[in-house]
Amino acid sequence: MNNSNTAKTITNTSAPFDVDRFRKDFPILNEQVHGKPLVYLDNAATAQKPKQVIETIDAYYRETNSNIHRGVHTLSEKATVIYEKARGKVKEFINAASTKEIVFVRGATEGINLVAQSFGRNTLKAGDEIIITELEHHSNIVPWQILSEQTGATLKYIPINDAGELILEEYEKLLSDKTRIVAVGHISNALGTINPIKNIIDKAHAVGAKVIVDGAQAVPHTRVDVKDLDCDFYVFSGHKLFGPTGIGVLYGKEAILESMPPYQGGGDMIQMVTMEKSTYNALPYKFEAGTPHIAGVIGLGAAIDYVSELGLEAAAQYEIELLDYASEQASQVPGLNFVGTAKSKTSILSFTLDGIHPHDIGTILDGEGVAIRAGHHCAMPVMERFNIPATARASFAFYNTRQEVDALIQAIDKCQKVFN
Amino acid sequence: MPEGIQLMFDIKDLYQEVIVDHNRSPRNFGKLDDADTTLEGFNPLCGDKLTLYLKTDGKKINDIAFDGSGCAISVASASLMTDAMKGMSLDEAEILFNEFHNLVTTDDDYDAESLGKLAALAGVKDYPARVKCASLCWHTLHSALQGDHTPVKTE
Ligand SMILES: Cc1ncc(COP(=O)(O)O)c(C=O)c1O
Repeated sequence: MNNSNTAKTITNTSAPFDVDRFRKDFPILNEQVHGKPLVYLDNAATAQKPKQVIETIDAYYRETNSNIHRGVHTLSEKATVIYEKARGKVKEFINAASTKEIVFVRGATEGINLVAQSFGRNTLKAGDEIIITELEHHSNIVPWQILSEQTGATLKYIPINDAGELILEEYEKLLSDKTRIVAVGHISNALGTINPIKNIIDKAHAVGAKVIVDGAQAVPHTRVDVKDLDCDFYVFSGHKLFGPTGIGVLYGKEAILESMPPYQGGGDMIQMVTMEKSTYNALPYKFEAGTPHIAGVIGLGAAIDYVSELGLEAAAQYEIELLDYASEQASQVPGLNFVGTAKSKTSILSFTLDGIHPHDIGTILDGEGVAIRAGHHCAMPVMERFNIPATARASFAFYNTRQEVDALIQAIDKCQKVFN
Repeated sequence: MPEGIQLMFDIKDLYQEVIVDHNRSPRNFGKLDDADTTLEGFNPLCGDKLTLYLKTDGKKINDIAFDGSGCAISVASASLMTDAMKGMSLDEAEILFNEFHNLVTTDDDYDAESLGKLAALAGVKDYPARVKCASLCWHTLHSALQGDHTPVKTE
């Protein structure tokens, strides 16, 4: 398998990763659950927030709160400046060509829906084809099903193998001059598989299709370079990147965004409104109708500063070591089955236990202070592929420790004791 | 409960011996070939799925069984429910349905005698996310007895 774009971010750095130092930045890690120290291993659902993010948002509301792009008073100007500065940080973070290409949305979900409805609905017709994958989160499935119904386009799925990797030969067979859109996750939230998206993008472009990448799980673990990837759209959510909920990013190539009609109408997205007709504002404001989540954008800016300082490569390397340790420990547990064993993975450990339903695992682990996700992870086609209703999923961040992995393994042992 | 004070927490309050046992070997598990009512229950959040099979004569539950898959709480609840319901009149079934509902959703006193082994599910009320697991089969039975044929969903 060609995994050319995958492991390259993991390079050896000299100094060991100072996890204790970073843990101090996350106040929530001092919490107790059922009288036991919180072991937070549900980072793929949402990540915890460092005090740098919390304090930035707090300071914004205490000192600067104001509406943006519309006031001439001092606070409004200040708020506008820090809001736009955050857009600049996002641009740098994913190496976009211009801040015009950075649209703030509620999250990955809204970004995908925006592309489906604004780009897709205006360019697709009956008989056209959209390709997605069996690994996708529901937020990268349902908008395409809706679009297919609206336009008469056909939705096709790239299948996965038993390890949870995309079968690229099948992808090549699905591609044709009918393919208009390829929508693919950068990293699977259910299994952790890192997809060879650069390869996928190149092949899609060869048949003239546009590509949207769902980067919700990727931005916290890899450095993303949209220029190098040459994707047409890229979306992610702030809350998985140690930032606030309710804010996310849609990156789109300028020329494509320019050609797209607005997604929603309202204030801020217009230049001029008469009773008959409006002229729309320039990019990116055309896609930002209404008062945005200003505090969210500013908090996201602080989160990007935080991970930039931390160094995502060093963090990712540490997380992979933690995953390896956890996988090794888990492989000693009788009756534990791994779900998703891709060669190229992020720090996600999805598993089942013989005779114990994942929801019972989730509840018993919680009793030990260990927070994991149990369920279908909004990826029911993945569960169907493996013929299981659900998995238990531990997902690690750079602030997790080996002791926390040990607590996880002990809690799994407790599950087996309860049921035997 | 005053902030900062934790009551003694024991997971065994939820996973009592009866529940573990009924999960491991569910009673009345399997299809009833001569069922006159068959209804599905589905918990979209968890993926718990069960089918309930009923034989009634309009007054009494003559036979009842279930199959499907789910967590220990939902399987044990269905196993215990079918055991309790077999042979009951429809009026008694309605009363038991309400008693069970109170058991898993309120702190009200319950009648341990009429609930029998079902009282083992009392611990569920301390786990709001799991109440729907325990009640899926009950809602399914309730709909079936009301003559409602649309599959039941709990959220
Ligand atoms: C791969 C993937 N895509 C999309 C989403 C949706 O993100 P949000 O709910 O923040 O819009 C998630 C979140 O779980 C995800 O893991």
